[in-house]
Amino acid sequence: MLDREVPQEGNSTLGGQRKAMYARGADGKLHIVQSAGWEVEEIVTRQAVEDLNRLAEDARQRVIAGQTSALEYHMHKARMDVPLLSQVTGLWQWRIRRHFRPDIFQGLSAGLLQRYGDAMGLSVEQLKKAD
Amino acid sequence: MEFQHSHASHCESGVMSSMLRHLGLPISEAMAFGLSSALSFAYLPIIKINGLPLVAYRMPPKFIIKGLQKPLGLKMRFETFRSPEAGEQRLNELLDAGQLVGMQTSVFWLPYMPEDLRFHFNAHNVLAYGRDAASGDYLLSDPVVETTVTCAPADLRRARFAKGVLAPKGLLYYPEGKPSEPDWAKVLPKAIKKTTRILLDSPIPIIGVRGIRRLANAIERLDAQGKPAAAKMFIGQVVRMQEEIGTGGGGFRFIYAAFLQEAAERLARPALNELSETLVDIGDEWREFALSTARMIRDREPLNPSKLADKLRAIADREQVFFRDLRRAA
Repeated sequence: MLDREVPQEGNSTLGGQRKAMYARGADGKLHIVQSAGWEVEEIVTRQAVEDLNRLAEDARQRVIAGQTSALEYHMHKARMDVPLLSQVTGLWQWRIRRHFRPDIFQGLSAGLLQRYGDAMGLSVEQLKKAD
Repeated sequence: MEFQHSHASHCESGVMSSMLRHLGLPISEAMAFGLSSALSFAYLPIIKINGLPLVAYRMPPKFIIKGLQKPLGLKMRFETFRSPEAGEQRLNELLDAGQLVGMQTSVFWLPYMPEDLRFHFNAHNVLAYGRDAASGDYLLSDPVVETTVTCAPADLRRARFAKGVLAPKGLLYYPEGKPSEPDWAKVLPKAIKKTTRILLDSPIPIIGVRGIRRLANAIERLDAQGKPAAAKMFIGQVVRMQEEIGTGGGGFRFIYAAFLQEAAERLARPALNELSETLVDIGDEWREFALSTARMIRDREPLNPSKLADKLRAIADREQVFFRDLRRAA
């Protein structure tokens, strides 16, 4: 890649930051060039982000329909999955899945709610609502 | 001496390059990467990230930090902590003593990172060089960010004590003693040979050139599964590892090419310059692979995993020839 070929087309997922790329200059030497972004990166990053957002939105709909608890929504919102949430909280995976049942989530102790909240950087109040 | 930040493409080589320069041994990021033989390829179907297999274009985390110790006669000290309080206290002590401290963190909890890139990736390296006296915020040099940044103690604590795959456990590292100018004629050929061994002679078929072919086979199989959405997630993940996660482009092939140019100069061996050019061409082929993949994800061309698999096989063949030539030249 020549330094004038380094993509500068912008990449909204970089949030205005630029990244360092290596490219060949006129003298044939490779050096760092700041890139404002490549569409290819934007596409694959968006793809991953959108997939996570889709999971969160899907869970939110099911919370409204009373099919799952707000916990599942917040887990996806925090870009986690059950294995990761299990590692962070130290709870068994089956126990977390059980807490996805709205009736059981309702009755969780303050201590458990706090544990979930800490894991995802939320207050207990935020954790109880899916919005 | 006042700390000087520099923008790098990869976090670990960037941190080590800044740290070494601060210690009086100016070494480029590319040199830090190549001298520690960090280039690789690995397709790890057993390790899943959000249900997708891990693909890596470099050696595992900490490989660069550890790999630089021997050639530079440097002793790095690593400390992990059981409690966040102890980890934070130790960081403060070291900073008060004027030490530069490297840290392993989770990208997800670093507030200055772009929102869309904050995934649960636990092996991001940043350097702390001080604390703001008024606010108590940490002054950080994150190599993949253009300028220095600050981070509130609570956020940094979360980032350092994140859990999950590759959990940092508050890892801190700092040098003991000073690095010395190495005997380039000795250390460079050794580092290059080690890289060719990693890419060519791995005993397990998922590492090195064989790993690229293994990945090609896995992508080929997506055709038969008849699940286009899942196939797109799979190939998208490969490209993210190659381009999105600070690799300097082409899955670290360009940064290694920059290293080979430096090595050619230090050793006065023009053959390495020619090899560097070949590697730039191979890096361009990786970028073409990424471009095709992205077009297929966006349906600008029909989804065709076999075509991507063939492209990967062509790259694997070229890399095999390249690393054999490199071995001879070293």
